[in-house]
Amino acid sequence: MRDTIIKSTLLAATLALGSYAQAAPSGQALGYTCAGCHGTNGASTGNAIPSIAGLSETYMVETMNAYKSGDKASTIMGRIAKGYSEEDIENMAGFFAEQEVHKNTNQSFDAAKANAGQALHEKYCDKCHTEGGTVADDDAGQLSGNAKLFMQYSLADFHDGSRDMEKKMAKKMKRMMKKDSDAFDKLVNYYTSGQ
Amino acid sequence: MSKQNRRSFLKTLGLGATAATAATYAPFAIGGSSKKVVVIGGGMGGAVAAKYIRMMDKSVEVTLIEANENYFTCFGSNEVLSGERTMDSIKFGYDGLKGHGVNVVIDKVIDIDASGRRVKTASGRSFNYDRCIVSPGVSFRYDKIDGYDESVANTKITHAWKAGPQTALLRDQIQSMRKGGTVIISAPPNPFRCPPGPYERTAQIAHYLKHNNPTAKILVLDDKEKFSKFGLFTAGWKRHYGYGTDNSMIEWVKGSAGGKIESVDVAGMTLSGEVDDYKGDVINIIPAQKAGHIAHVAGLTNASGWCPIKGDTFESTIHKNIHVIGDSAIQSPLPKSGYAANSEGKVCAAAVVAMLNGDKIPDPSYVNTCYSVIAPGDGISVAMVYNYANGKINKVKGSGGLTPGKFDAKARAREQQNGYSWFDNITNDTFG
Repeated sequence: MRDTIIKSTLLAATLALGSYAQAAPSGQALGYTCAGCHGTNGASTGNAIPSIAGLSETYMVETMNAYKSGDKASTIMGRIAKGYSEEDIENMAGFFAEQEVHKNTNQSFDAAKANAGQALHEKYCDKCHTEGGTVADDDAGQLSGNAKLFMQYSLADFHDGSRDMEKKMAKKMKRMMKKDSDAFDKLVNYYTSGQ
Repeated sequence: MSKQNRRSFLKTLGLGATAATAATYAPFAIGGSSKKVVVIGGGMGGAVAAKYIRMMDKSVEVTLIEANENYFTCFGSNEVLSGERTMDSIKFGYDGLKGHGVNVVIDKVIDIDASGRRVKTASGRSFNYDRCIVSPGVSFRYDKIDGYDESVANTKITHAWKAGPQTALLRDQIQSMRKGGTVIISAPPNPFRCPPGPYERTAQIAHYLKHNNPTAKILVLDDKEKFSKFGLFTAGWKRHYGYGTDNSMIEWVKGSAGGKIESVDVAGMTLSGEVDDYKGDVINIIPAQKAGHIAHVAGLTNASGWCPIKGDTFESTIHKNIHVIGDSAIQSPLPKSGYAANSEGKVCAAAVVAMLNGDKIPDPSYVNTCYSVIAPGDGISVAMVYNYANGKINKVKGSGGLTPGKFDAKARAREQQNGYSWFDNITNDTFG
């Protein structure tokens, strides 16, 4: 709230000075343009494109900037992220942060693998991705109930180095894969189970 | 300080109530009992505009008038031709919109009385509006090809460029074609709905034939010299269907090489161009296009056959209080695509809500993303972000573009799956 007031005052001050009034679409106006791919208000019903509803503002800003700079590999998001200013990205991240986290519960999963995945999650992931990876304050991607293929892609990308991860995550992933080479499949089934 | 800026200034400081007296737009219904919007056409533009008006402002009464009980999406319909999708998978109804409180009327609009702000339907009903949103898609310039008309399209030589019964008919014709037969696709001049569509169609039909009728051929007769995603499509045709070799399943003839079609002999299943005649076993003519029928009846079109609009509100520059969105509008540089219509529908919805409430027109933002599937595991896309500046819609410099040309199997497989999620989400965003 305080942020909004400060931003609004700054905007007002800029306008009052008579400077060039740059178009500044609201977070909502920007967020609405994402919905065709990511679902209404960021709640995806597809299994390859992730939900972005309820993501932490910090995480979304970071992610969009990484797409924009090319630090994070993508098929299409790099091309799209380049269309937005820093202010745009902050505004749309603010909009999605206000939406409720969406869990896609219509995806198929293997119950036994999901159980095994839960044990793996609790052992290797839960410290940073709490409550199945659904807590915005973790400033990380949403895991439980998110798009199945997207999670497969993400894990594969972390593993083969096409996506960067923090050192402690790399260390844990390495340890997990050493113990269980099917860990990714189990984790994805756990997250897909939406628990 | 301009009037507009002063208003923003006051409003931003939380003095909105005071500022309202200085409203730039005189709202028709402010202080009155109702705010009425009539949306004509329940396709990708109209349906999403109706839904989003209700999402943004429940006090607006929205009536959507659509001629058909169900809508079949054009995107995805090429995969029906190859058997990768069913007709049911591209079929959508209006229960979702009713759930948002949209009054859905199945009827055909026959006239819009712009001065009386009234829409008239074929069944004799009339609907008053404060603002009307017209989203009728495209209609066809049958007169450009001698011998072609709607009844021929419905029964023998389809356009299948509005998904529905013609999609199923064309699919059945391809499936029952003789071994080694020829499918002819006549591709239209610009501008037309779904610029990559004819070339994805070519690929999807080739995908079916490759597995079911491998000696068959596809002849694409194009009015143009080049087309959307040209390098990606021709490389994909080459990768999967031998394009460019002696054994190619696909032959593409550009306009200057005889691809322009002037007439059709329906009984003889022959297309005639300036120089050559082409005989086919199955013929699909995608004709030149113009704005949907009602846009012409209502006088919303200019000499181009399309509807001039203001890019921030989509209000017609010909008739006040009527907005035109989607394929019928002159919305370039936005393409005539389903995603662009979705984006336009939301910009228009936000503007209409603001105008009805006497608020400032919001600064718009628009996106287009469009996926095509060349073969299973080989999806491609084009994307662009647009803004509104200097009184017009602009591509945001540095944004957007195509799937990289260099083939990357992992990325292409993901793009196909992303395309399917795109389908799920855009249809749910529009009809759900």
